[in-house]
Amino acid sequence: MTALQDKHEKEIKHILAKYPTDEKRSAVMPLLYIAQRKAGYVTKQDMLEIAELLSISTTEVASIVGFYTLYHDKSGGKYRIQVCNDLPCALRGSGQFLEELCENLGVQVGETSSDGILSVEAVMCLAACDKAPMFQVQSHSDISYHENQTVESALQTIEKWRAEETDK
Amino acid sequence: MSKVKGSRILLRHRDIPKLDKLDVYLEDGGFESFKKAVTKMKPDKVTEIVKDSGLRGRGGAGFPTGVKWSFIDANNWPHYVVANADESEPGTFKDREIMEQNPYQFFEGVMLSAYAIQANDAYIYLRGEFWDLAHELDKKIKKLEKSGYLGKKLFGTDYSLNLYTHLGAGAYICGEETALLESMEGKLGQPRLRPPFPPSFGLFGKPTVVNNVETLANVPLIIEKGAKWYRKFGTERSPGTKVFSLSGNVNKPGNYELPLASTFRELIFKHGGGIPDGHAIKAIMAAGASSSLIVANDEALDTPMDYESVQNVGGMLGSASVIVIDETVDISWLVNKTVHFFKHESCGKCTPCREGVFWMSHLTERIDNGSGSREDIVLLQDVANNIQGKCLCALGDFSTQAVVTGIERFPEDFKAKVSPNQAARIKINE
Amino acid sequence: MSELVKNEAAQNMVTLTIDDHTMSVPEGTLVVDAARSIGLDIPVFCYHPKMEPVGMCRMCLVEIGTPMRDRTTSEPILEDDGSPKIQFFPNLMTGCTFRASEGMVVRGYTEKVTAARKEVLEFLLTSHPLDCPTCDKGGECPLQNLTMQFGDGESRFIYDEKMHSAKHVALGDLIFLDRERCIQCARCTRFQDEIVDDQVIGFSNRGRALEIVTFSDPGFDSYWSGNTTDICPVGALTTADFRFGARPWEMNASASICNHCAVGCNLTFNTRREVKSGGEKIIKRVMPRQNEAVNEIWICDKGRFAYHFTASDQRLNQPLIRKDGKLVPSSWELALDLVTSRFKNAGENLVTLAGGRLSNEDLFNLAELSAHLGGDALLYSDMAGGDLVSRLGVGEGTNFSDMGPETAILVVACNLEEEAPLWWLRIKQAAERGAKVIVANPRKTKLDRSAIHNLRYEYGQEAGLVTALLSAISPKQPKSPAFVNKLAKDKEVKAAAKALSEAENTVILFGSEGTSYAASAALAQACANLLIASGHIGRPNNGLIGVWDKGNAQGAWDMGLRPSEDLDAALKTSQAVYISAADPAGDSKQYASALKKADFVVVQELYMTATAELADVVLPAQAFTEREGTYTSGERRVQRFYPAVPSLPDLLPDFGITAEIAGRLGLELEKTAPASVMLQIAEVVPDYAELTYQKLAKVEKQFPLIGREDVYYGGTSYQNSQGLGVQLKPAAQNGDSPVLVITELPEVKLSGEELLAVPVTRLLDLGNTVTPSEVLVTRLAKPHVALHPQDAEKLGVEWGSKVKLILNGSTQTVLVEFDNSMPHGVVLVPRSLGIPIISPTPATIKVL
Ligand SMILES: Cc1cc2nc3c(=O)[nH]c(=O)nc-3n(C[C@H](O)[C@H](O)[C@H](O)COP(=O)(O)O)c2cc1C
Ligand code: SF4
Ligand code: FES
Repeated sequence: MTALQDKHEKEIKHILAKYPTDEKRSAVMPLLYIAQRKAGYVTKQDMLEIAELLSISTTEVASIVGFYTLYHDKSGGKYRIQVCNDLPCALRGSGQFLEELCENLGVQVGETSSDGILSVEAVMCLAACDKAPMFQVQSHSDISYHENQTVESALQTIEKWRAEETDK
Repeated sequence: MSKVKGSRILLRHRDIPKLDKLDVYLEDGGFESFKKAVTKMKPDKVTEIVKDSGLRGRGGAGFPTGVKWSFIDANNWPHYVVANADESEPGTFKDREIMEQNPYQFFEGVMLSAYAIQANDAYIYLRGEFWDLAHELDKKIKKLEKSGYLGKKLFGTDYSLNLYTHLGAGAYICGEETALLESMEGKLGQPRLRPPFPPSFGLFGKPTVVNNVETLANVPLIIEKGAKWYRKFGTERSPGTKVFSLSGNVNKPGNYELPLASTFRELIFKHGGGIPDGHAIKAIMAAGASSSLIVANDEALDTPMDYESVQNVGGMLGSASVIVIDETVDISWLVNKTVHFFKHESCGKCTPCREGVFWMSHLTERIDNGSGSREDIVLLQDVANNIQGKCLCALGDFSTQAVVTGIERFPEDFKAKVSPNQAARIKINE
Repeated sequence: MSELVKNEAAQNMVTLTIDDHTMSVPEGTLVVDAARSIGLDIPVFCYHPKMEPVGMCRMCLVEIGTPMRDRTTSEPILEDDGSPKIQFFPNLMTGCTFRASEGMVVRGYTEKVTAARKEVLEFLLTSHPLDCPTCDKGGECPLQNLTMQFGDGESRFIYDEKMHSAKHVALGDLIFLDRERCIQCARCTRFQDEIVDDQVIGFSNRGRALEIVTFSDPGFDSYWSGNTTDICPVGALTTADFRFGARPWEMNASASICNHCAVGCNLTFNTRREVKSGGEKIIKRVMPRQNEAVNEIWICDKGRFAYHFTASDQRLNQPLIRKDGKLVPSSWELALDLVTSRFKNAGENLVTLAGGRLSNEDLFNLAELSAHLGGDALLYSDMAGGDLVSRLGVGEGTNFSDMGPETAILVVACNLEEEAPLWWLRIKQAAERGAKVIVANPRKTKLDRSAIHNLRYEYGQEAGLVTALLSAISPKQPKSPAFVNKLAKDKEVKAAAKALSEAENTVILFGSEGTSYAASAALAQACANLLIASGHIGRPNNGLIGVWDKGNAQGAWDMGLRPSEDLDAALKTSQAVYISAADPAGDSKQYASALKKADFVVVQELYMTATAELADVVLPAQAFTEREGTYTSGERRVQRFYPAVPSLPDLLPDFGITAEIAGRLGLELEKTAPASVMLQIAEVVPDYAELTYQKLAKVEKQFPLIGREDVYYGGTSYQNSQGLGVQLKPAAQNGDSPVLVITELPEVKLSGEELLAVPVTRLLDLGNTVTPSEVLVTRLAKPHVALHPQDAEKLGVEWGSKVKLILNGSTQTVLVEFDNSMPHGVVLVPRSLGIPIISPTPATIKVL
């Protein structure tokens, strides 16, 4: 049994049960989400274990990680702040929102803060165009939406996480 | 009997508080259609009613739903239903509202389509960003299993059905149905060669129906109230209602469910409250970033929004994601924005899209930042034309829509960006 | 597979028109293949005739139309002139995915089509570095060629805006990737996935950033990696061996045959004169040569990279004679005279020992010389059954590519991908066409993935397992040991026996996993019995194949050489030993000491092997790359090889040396022309009666068309213009009707605490002809053994650790690997890794 399996046995079993027994490869994406929970990115060891679990090659697992934007193979901020700056949001001022947010946080788009707590990314449409400006946060454990934002409200939320993290 | 107020079939949660609670949904007559179908109707009958209703796919292509179901290969088993909840087209946010607030009606639609094609397993493929939503849906699926609406031998018949969610992970192309199926199989989300189409070769190589969330959410009421009732809304060829996602330069962005063939003017000015700050409307994109730019003149504003009429003003209804663009917007900026979206989302499988969109992004970027030349505009148009009609899937063509129509219909915006004196930037490689 | 089907009669033929050429092809043929079959060009990049079409690159866009039919009557609609009205698709269609149908019309040269080609090429070139002058593919590059043919002369893309990527990415030790040159056609990844089932390279990222990656450990971990460089339509993939080595147009090509295993893959040696080698011609690379009945257009990495021995500076270049205990240079005259006199004295006490990498001509002369003196002509091998293969071997006309649902294939005691890679590949493909593959082996092998039945047995029970299959078919067999009866009752065994006996055609391949000579003899006989009993002999696609350890072992059997049941004794008691192309002393201390006891030892060799070190006379021989000859493959196809490079001035071919000795002994043998030796073989060996060098050089049209003008289509494999060889008829096909011979089944006994060490085969071993290839060094297996993880745990041994292995009286330090599919109580010891193992034998493992 692999380490991943050891730690999340029930959950993995539950996931595998969703797919026909000879199509367990389908579980690769859900399993990658589990692996990513640990450190916010997928390690080579995770890929190896997932490959073994699903009887596919490590290269095939790595390909998946490379193709989909929500998987990461390098560490980033503990909170990845992903601001939608796609056309509909941009028409409602998300460009300026993003700029000011970065200025206030002292972090450039695509970069991680020096304390490693957050990174800011500009992303494509998140299906919340009527509630721009908005961002989603990809943390180690989940993804949540924050809509109808102002720079102030965003900063408040972010400061709350920062405080929680430094308390730890 | 399910309550329907005016023309609100899909967004009924706006009229019925807490419709996302199972008891409320049941009280409203929820799952009666499903129960009736499973216990009293032949599967083909369900398909026939949907066919008669004239319901067309709401995912973009507008293909008649009942006809699609009838293509399912009956000699190859098992069958699958996959609900397309990838909703990634910029400007589209209707499926999310339906799943968040009227989830059971959507489920019931999935379940009815599964019964119609005799699938015992149905999957909902959600874009990865719908993380919270997927977990909510999982809880609700559990409830349905507990209440006997999902699982083995439903209502004492031989019919069994399981429903699962499956999360994507950030890839617009996975909305394309064959890329979605590849992704569900644990592979790169790259489109398959078609034919064969999913009804003969779909998930795990088995006959599969792929339908959009909104499409499926229509089905319970069609089965309950009949095809004729459904046809009261919309037109002969585009029957029913449609959820229009309204975004961009408009006072009240949001989802509006209107009968098909309502006009742009009605949507933008009556429901959407018009353009902010008294600006004039300049252009409309009717189907998100994939759509052409329609010049927002009176003729366009008075065009009925149905699958046929929008084509007459040089657009497509698509997923009906109406992006409003006012006079302050520079179209060359906008085109640069859409091209960058497609550059980010091209799967890279076929040459014209992979290389062409990358090339276009250099040109639009240069034009937008003021360092382009007139020849760049001509070249941009040529590159876009060369992409068209040559790609493996529709994304490649989508990427050129705003480019070609932008240059053609708003030439001043492009000309203004490039200096006429600037030397030609097109050079021969040394 | 998209191959045009050979048996046209069995197919529904349709008529289509491509640019004014009307042709008839099997229904479903892809448009590009139809065009190619009559020499018309529809350019392709991603399409490859050996793989499923994917329609990605869009290079093959053409106009396609089909006859219109009336919707109600479905009658064809006619034009005014009575010809059928054709409806063209509004968009261009990909010819590589569209299948021919009756009346289809394809236009490949309209303005629209040529514009599209130009546009797709322009797109591809926007990302291409255009570094043709320094690119290895230049001169045989589809992208370059097609750009010249269809592309535009100038680029509208600003060079500075090109995406830059890594240019020298080592995907493994053998293959380099230039990411800038890659056009994302996925031929390499699809080859690894579809054809050889090693998903060790893949795409990562997406859009313009799509790139090839490998995450296997080691990188690009596959025996097949070199083939991807042949089918890569640009210079993105190159071999570490040939990179920057030469330009294709500077090289000569000569036809050859790989002699590393019994498959007999057809090769082309590319050679060039070089300053480095003093103006001499040397081999620059090995390429596959098409033979659809043998290796199609593929070869394994051993065949491609293990050729450097020819140019090794360790080659022997003059005769040596032992003087005062030392080997010193001698003239040929002196050496040959000495040998002759000692052989004459030895008379019938001469033992001739030859290796299976010698040609038929060499072996024939050796056998003749030996017979002349009345001595024994021995084949240096631990496998038996070559005589049975001569009688019951696969019938003339056998071709794995023709095998489908009507055929059953049993592979027993064999790790086929390691022992004969191309057969693994072709049997895998047969399985994909529906052939019923049954694998019987004590542990898992890669072929298991293709099998409908995987039969397990204990090492030593291989003949018993086959006998169990036989008794499951025809229960009236003499009494068998209990374990055979037990196996015969096994459900899997019964089902496999049924599949084998009921199949219209059955082929059995037996290998040497874990067998001794005696076990091999029993196994071969059991396989023969099974084939005789089920009537699967004397016809094409039926019969017995030996998965020999050497390229021409079957030829050696056919020439009359036989392995010795007790080589040790034979050597010890001889008066003179004549060894050619064999290194018994290197393989076993026991043989070494036996040779030390022999009176007089002559070794004919390429190098100073351990055996040569013990010789009284050493005679230097030409390598097969320096001369002509023939080999007989395991499927009994006799094939010619040609000289690729000149030999050193003082070397003779093996058959020539033997003829020189024979001449001095009064036996006239051909010494210069191997074609003449073949004429003598034809007189003496009945199965070879019809053979001549001319016949062996015959070719016929192969599909898919491969070759220099077709590099865009099939890749850079060479066309076969110098001979497809001739497959021999086994005796059974000539009216011989064999009967069952029931032999006693050998048993292996163990004592006490010991493990049973069994010999197994690794493809990339440390053989004499392999190690001189520097590129392969890191890919070669290190001295290691494999244990069941539970046994290892009991012994306290960890994966990858070093242990002491004691067997056959020697102690050695080796690495440990695990294999959880192998039986308990066994240690697997690979051959030719310097660990002395010939037969199963008790062994002890001590933790260091
Ligand atoms: C690039 C691309 C993206 C698409 N994205 C979506 C999507 O996000 N949601 C969706 O329902 N359909 C999407 N589609 C359409 C689907 O391929 C498919 O036609 C649809 O799911 C069928 O369902 P329907 O018949 O109910 O419309 C997309 C198509 C393309 C070519
Ligand atoms: S058009 Fe774009 S998204 Fe579609 S297959 Fe081609 S590269 Fe992929
Ligand atoms: S698309 Fe036909 S050859 Fe690539």
